[in-house]
Amino acid sequence: MQTTPSSLASVAGNRTQRVPGTNLLGTGLETRGVHAWFGKNHVLSDVSLDFAAGTVTALIGPSGCGKSTFIRTLNRMHEFIPTAALAGQVLLDGKDIYEPGTDVTKIRLRVGMVFQKPNPFPSMTIGENVLSGLKLAQLKRSNTDDLLESCLVRAGLWSEVKDRLGEHGGALSGGQQQRLCIARALAVEPQVLLMDEPCSALDPGSTFRIEETISELAKTMTIVIVTHNMQQAARVSDYTAFFLSDGGPGVMVETAPTNKIFSSPTDKRTEDYVTGRFG
Amino acid sequence: MTQSVIPTPQTPWAVSPQQRIATASLIALGAILAGIAVKTTGLSGKLGFAVSFFVFAALLIFIQQLRLRDLQAAKDSLLSSFALLGIIMTLIPITSIVSTVVIRGYKGISFGMFTEDMTQASVNDPVESGGLLHALLGTLIIVGVALIISFPIGLLTALYLTEIRGSLTRPIKFLVQAMSGVPSIVAGLFILSILIIPVTQEQNGLMASLALCILMIPTIARTAEEMLLLIPNELREAGVALGATQWRTVSGVVVPAARSGLVTAIILGVARVIGETAPLLLVSGGADALNLNPTSGPMGSLPFYIWKAFLTGGTQESYERAWGGMLVLLVLIITLFALARYFSGRRVK
Repeated sequence: MQTTPSSLASVAGNRTQRVPGTNLLGTGLETRGVHAWFGKNHVLSDVSLDFAAGTVTALIGPSGCGKSTFIRTLNRMHEFIPTAALAGQVLLDGKDIYEPGTDVTKIRLRVGMVFQKPNPFPSMTIGENVLSGLKLAQLKRSNTDDLLESCLVRAGLWSEVKDRLGEHGGALSGGQQQRLCIARALAVEPQVLLMDEPCSALDPGSTFRIEETISELAKTMTIVIVTHNMQQAARVSDYTAFFLSDGGPGVMVETAPTNKIFSSPTDKRTEDYVTGRFG
Repeated sequence: MTQSVIPTPQTPWAVSPQQRIATASLIALGAILAGIAVKTTGLSGKLGFAVSFFVFAALLIFIQQLRLRDLQAAKDSLLSSFALLGIIMTLIPITSIVSTVVIRGYKGISFGMFTEDMTQASVNDPVESGGLLHALLGTLIIVGVALIISFPIGLLTALYLTEIRGSLTRPIKFLVQAMSGVPSIVAGLFILSILIIPVTQEQNGLMASLALCILMIPTIARTAEEMLLLIPNELREAGVALGATQWRTVSGVVVPAARSGLVTAIILGVARVIGETAPLLLVSGGADALNLNPTSGPMGSLPFYIWKAFLTGGTQESYERAWGGMLVLLVLIITLFALARYFSGRRVK
């Protein structure tokens, strides 16, 4: 499908932008001069971005520009890769999550993540998958049945699975599995949800359902989503950040409210990308 | 309203009866040609017949495919023939062993053998007197204790190699591989020389279990390692991203996902040791009386029972007894494996 800049701008313009920052949701997530390395390979340079509480921010850019690496620095999944290194600060409610002595598991509880490929736990049933975070992080909840239902409802999956909670997660379709993974991430009640290309392996119908889910979730949490699909960025996000690598480390070229990125970007490179001239 | 006609399901790709008959007659022709070849040329005996039979049959099918289709298909058929030959060559020794054990062993089976031990009988007595209760239970106890010791150690080693990946990963991997080649008699001598002679000065079931552990741990560790490596990294990331510690992720996600693979590791570990004879001769003491306490006194075992009947007997009765013991051991192994497969297969699709 050929996307014209005007159509993306109108999609983005038709949305009502959410107002950031109610006290209830905390002050959100900020990065200050984040650099990332794998071994000696400098993959991300000097990214400073604010994710206001209660908003959806899309990270766009061509493959290999460091979007996924960047999103993984936000809940310290970056360090899961053996040769990874990092510089800069990531502030969650004003406190650096990389500060020595910080309990990394607590950070990941507050900043949840949904991955590119649906990855339900194969040894668990649908119900067990949703509640697995409580068990794995050893959290106590009194009424798990209510939590199970509310998470599946918020992930838009309840009506499809309510009679088959005892079946294995692998029995669901790809789109359902991904929504199951969203429900699983919601069960530990994170204040930020990171989504790394959550729809790249899904069909348009499932993608639509997940976008609806994202809009619903943004009422109660901060969402950061990496996407290759600019239509999707225009549809779901309040803010968009454009990443680019010119062969060296990836940099964040521009960030602005989404309708501005798609209608009148400041940087020439952003304009070239969102109008489909390259990438 | 017109009702659409549902066609009957068909399998047009299936081999037709005519094709089957054609192939079967070619194979039969191959057998006849092989028979003629054995009669008329220098080829002789069963081996000569088998070799020429295979060559003729493969050649005839090759020519048939070449005429019906093309050279590609003919080459393809040749590969199929060799694959079939491989299967047959694998199956011959297995079926031969199993059938020999069954045919010779069933004479050595009597009802009383599962309720009695050898305290009241010698190996040369008829098989109706005495029994192998002590040996059967001894084997189960020795292998069971060895498994209880080996499985945690093997699994933890595998977890170190796949999950922790510490700086010792490479040397440990090398050591585990080297240890899986240790001859079983060395394991027996090791226990004999470092535990029995200087410390306990008693041959018993526990010593036998420890000797078997040396053989079992590397097998379990290597198999478990390979099974854990099959678990996709995405599952580990999903667990950690939910706020779980590494230990919780491993115990709650990775190990359950690898469960049926870990049962395979147990099966291979048990298979490695259940028929081991050499270390048991050295360290188990090899009792004829029933002994259920592995920490005190000599303990019998099926391999020891078979060995004793063969070597110390010499009569028809003792041979029958030995073959009967083999049949029991074989049935025991098959039963254990079937049970393990059944339990690991449940719930997991």
